Amino acid sequence: MTAAQKSNSARAGVRVQLQNLRRSFGEVHALAGMDLDISPGELVVLLGPSGCGKTTALRVLAGLEDADAGAVVVGGRDISSVPTSKRDMGMVFQAYSLFPHMTARDNVAFGLRLRGQGAGQRRRTAEEFLELVGLDHHADRYAHQMSGGQQQRVALARALAIRPQVLLLDEPLSALDAKVRVQLRDEIRRIQLEVGITTLFVTHDQDEALAVADRVGVMKDGRIEQIDAPEVIYTRPANDFVASFVGLTNRLRGVATGERAVVLDSTVPLLPGSPAAGDITALIRPEAIRLVPIPPGTDGPAFASVVATSFLGAHGQVQARLPDGTLLLARMGVAEVAGLSVNDTVHVQISPNPVLATRTAIEPHRRTAETMSS
Amino acid sequence: MAPVTDAGIGLVAEEFPGAPVVGPRRTSRPLRAARRRRQRIIRWCVVAAVMAFFVIPLVAMVDFTTRLLSGKRSAITWKSLLHFSTVDEDTRALLSDGLKSSVILVLLTVVIMLVLLVPTMVWVRLRAPRLVRLVEFVCLLPLTIPAIVLVVGLAPIYRGIAHILSTKAIWLCFAYVILVLPYAYRALDAGLSAIDVKTLSEAARSLGSSWPGVIWHIVLPNIRSAVAGACFLAVALVLGEFTIANLLSKNNLQTSLVQLGAADPRLAMALALITLLLAFLLFFVLSSFGSRRRTGTSSPEKRSARKSLKAVPAAGPTIGKATR
Repeated sequence: MTAAQKSNSARAGVRVQLQNLRRSFGEVHALAGMDLDISPGELVVLLGPSGCGKTTALRVLAGLEDADAGAVVVGGRDISSVPTSKRDMGMVFQAYSLFPHMTARDNVAFGLRLRGQGAGQRRRTAEEFLELVGLDHHADRYAHQMSGGQQQRVALARALAIRPQVLLLDEPLSALDAKVRVQLRDEIRRIQLEVGITTLFVTHDQDEALAVADRVGVMKDGRIEQIDAPEVIYTRPANDFVASFVGLTNRLRGVATGERAVVLDSTVPLLPGSPAAGDITALIRPEAIRLVPIPPGTDGPAFASVVATSFLGAHGQVQARLPDGTLLLARMGVAEVAGLSVNDTVHVQISPNPVLATRTAIEPHRRTAETMSS
Repeated sequence: MAPVTDAGIGLVAEEFPGAPVVGPRRTSRPLRAARRRRQRIIRWCVVAAVMAFFVIPLVAMVDFTTRLLSGKRSAITWKSLLHFSTVDEDTRALLSDGLKSSVILVLLTVVIMLVLLVPTMVWVRLRAPRLVRLVEFVCLLPLTIPAIVLVVGLAPIYRGIAHILSTKAIWLCFAYVILVLPYAYRALDAGLSAIDVKTLSEAARSLGSSWPGVIWHIVLPNIRSAVAGACFLAVALVLGEFTIANLLSKNNLQTSLVQLGAADPRLAMALALITLLLAFLLFFVLSSFGSRRRTGTSSPEKRSARKSLKAVPAAGPTIGKATR
């Protein structure tokens, strides 16, 4: 562990609380009584569609926006009225934010200079943090001499070099291409775990959120709809919005009887919050559905006709139409999908994992697998 | 049909000898050379015409300063400038007073203009973008008001200034700041538009920088060429300003030259020529300061860094492509 990491570990681990935050822009309520409690050293990702208030929440925490009401408490101290420059938070922005007239080293050392560190110490610390992000050999480069991914790495080093109490990441990967984005998100997680700093990460990319977070907060209309571990968000969504926003969801009709429901001949347990009786719409993940080929001409509500198959690399995807016209989406192994052809008749089997159900009526002949990721 | 001579057509034949030519052939080498020669001649003709436009008045000024009433040539005016102490005392006092006023006015105008305009423009961009148009309108307004009209408005204000401060010419700096606003605004606006002021200032503030620190350490270094341009325009305008100073009965370099012109027109003309050449020199200094590359510092450390940069192979997709 480098000196930089050791010293950061010493500072790491403050608790961050956003209490009943409200912020409006004219008629638009960007934050409508938002509450968030981040444990020391935790990485929380705020996920949501554009305009849900996630960036506003982060900017209020950074002091770049003033809240209309509510409090920002960091390490037990209310910092709502503390200016940005005194909040002791490192921030990485969506846009490339390196100072163009400075080298990577000078960028990283900028915050240290403001803190009165001597030139030698500044240089050593800056180089340590550049080494942490794997760019120690790029120390003399200017922003225009680096790729987007390298610039964001330097920005991360710059944010960490001041040994902040909290690290704020405002969609830092959204301007990068897909491959670099995956590399850098893994790197961010590695560094965050090494340094152990409390981190708030804002993104609209659900893969990114699920990959790096200790907990994911799914936001809608200025409030957090659900905040949980990534696997809980995915497998046990609290409501229709979370189920629809995170991952793909099939909306299939069924009948609820107590804590269980019968959907296309399969019995599935229902998650809390689902209707206890009557007609329901079950929200079922594509990977919870298996399509088993059967001889043609077999008839019944759980039999479907294959409409299309596609190969997605690690798995395959099948679209099939139910007798009532509903389209469903299934994700299965590549070998299983390879055994299916268009117009094959298949039996729809749903794995007995708990699912969320709503009373929402569905229209016939509509496509049911949906995603709301923006 | 006229032959198509655009580059690229007929390229197949040139890149792959033996391949059939698709489309019209490219123009032959001698024809291209002739066309380039013709373009070069036209270019030089245009440059010569523009240079003549600027140089002929200067040559005429030199001619005037070296020609006596008898028609004979004499360098007596330039000799007297070289031995300035031989010029009579009243003339020296008049000139030094005017020159001193103008130099102080230049400095004050530039400083006030920058202190007033840079933070205002940054602040408006960051905090009140809806006011950008209003600020632009206010800054450009002096362009539409003739100096003579401006003086009518300024006269009562300067009567007040004479009571509160003094009747010294240096207080013309307030009027000159107004005069340079349109030019300085345009120059600075172009500079600020070229950088992401919002993100850079937020990044600096999150790192602990105060607002003055953001402007001094982040904004100004990144709009250096725009600031240099604004300064040059201000210097040129203040050094050449005559109307307001004359109508408000203040003494500056231009009013001194006009007064001197009545007594010794050749000396006044020679001094005007020197002023002009000094302004050109200043322009080159400021423009070289403004256009100095960010990597173009002279410290040995930075020079070696540049050398090492050249030696390092491209490590990312944008290296060597981006220009600033």
